[in-house]
Amino acid sequence: MNTPSAANVIEVAGLNRTFGSKLALNQVALKVRRGRVFGLVGANGAGKTTLIKHLLGRLTPQSGTVRVFGFDPVADPVAVLARTGYLSENRDLPGWMRVEELLRYMQAFYPGWETAYAEELRQRFGLDNRAKIKTLSRGENAKAGLLVALAYRPELLLLDEPSSGLDPVVRRDILEAIIRTVADEGRTVFFSSHLLEEVERVADDLAMMFNGRVVLAGALDDVKENHHRLVLRFESAPSSPPLVEGMLSLTGNGKEWTAICNGRQKEVASGAARLGGRVLAVESPSLDEIFVAWAGAKPE
Amino acid sequence: MELHISTGDGVPIYLQIANQVKYLVACGRLGAGDEIPPIRVLAHQLLVNPNTIARAYLELEREGVVQKRHGSGTFISDAGSPLAHKERLKILAERVDALLAEARHFEVEPAELLRLIKERSQSIQPKEGK
Repeated sequence: MNTPSAANVIEVAGLNRTFGSKLALNQVALKVRRGRVFGLVGANGAGKTTLIKHLLGRLTPQSGTVRVFGFDPVADPVAVLARTGYLSENRDLPGWMRVEELLRYMQAFYPGWETAYAEELRQRFGLDNRAKIKTLSRGENAKAGLLVALAYRPELLLLDEPSSGLDPVVRRDILEAIIRTVADEGRTVFFSSHLLEEVERVADDLAMMFNGRVVLAGALDDVKENHHRLVLRFESAPSSPPLVEGMLSLTGNGKEWTAICNGRQKEVASGAARLGGRVLAVESPSLDEIFVAWAGAKPE
Repeated sequence: MELHISTGDGVPIYLQIANQVKYLVACGRLGAGDEIPPIRVLAHQLLVNPNTIARAYLELEREGVVQKRHGSGTFISDAGSPLAHKERLKILAERVDALLAEARHFEVEPAELLRLIKERSQSIQPKEGK
């Protein structure tokens, strides 16, 4: 069915992908709602770029389905790409072109290209019209790529590791672009990152990927509210590490242990009490701590 | 309006914003009738998702700290002063919670802690007649 879903811009279900013997995507499922900023978090090699390539129709699903604006990006690339602005991880812009040539070249591809907006962005980003792409610094190159992704005001902005290896000034430009995009009614941003600080600032929703699997997905606020850092103290040191329900990670030794848990606070705390431990503190972990806890958690 | 977002701790950003606005009201840096920035302006200033700012403002509106005036903006509500007192107590309550947690670590009972607070309070009070 090709009727665009009103609520979801991206729908992925049961997506699998292997490269040789490596399972790059394992039953990946996620939904990205219209008008939201969705952050995809994962370590290098977790499968983020592979997933994004499926969204763009550059890879065909081995099994499962991918829909963007309700369309299959492999069967109907124009319906997807004409409405999607994309900044790739490698910023693969033609190096021999000058900035002004790049802008004219891209303009020819996109009917919705806004010349005045492109010029405004070029000036804001401080890009010299006469400069060749291959002579641009890493930060300028990223800004040129971002300009190209933004200038036709796409309904969906897809950014693959936009901030990776960039200085704070350029990262700020990228965050501003994300905020500007989503502040325009009805537009959607999907970006991958391993900078959790940025995800926490700008994302409405997030998914965490490890080894090709999405282990956690939901609204950022829910994710934060459903994770707790418990400090436990036992009268005498337990003979084996205490296993609390919903526990993702455990550090400590002897009488005092710190656990990062996923679940409702009351249930997690009462689970700890059943083991004979006293809960000294229940605190809110940072997104960083949550990520690290999931990274070390054993898959069920 | 000067706010600071910290992503290192576990407090959701919308709550950080709401709490800091309440703090600014409680300590008098924002008064009844003062306008707070439009959502988009603050989103750009703090580099935070506008939906997050909207949620913070909604929370503040629900608690009566701010009022939306149709077509003009969002303002600190007139009911500022009683709320300010309530907010002061709330801010102190958070400090007390932290103190209680520490007391538990040290295995000091609340009653003993209370005695200590009274004792300290007397010792830092200005002496009469001097």
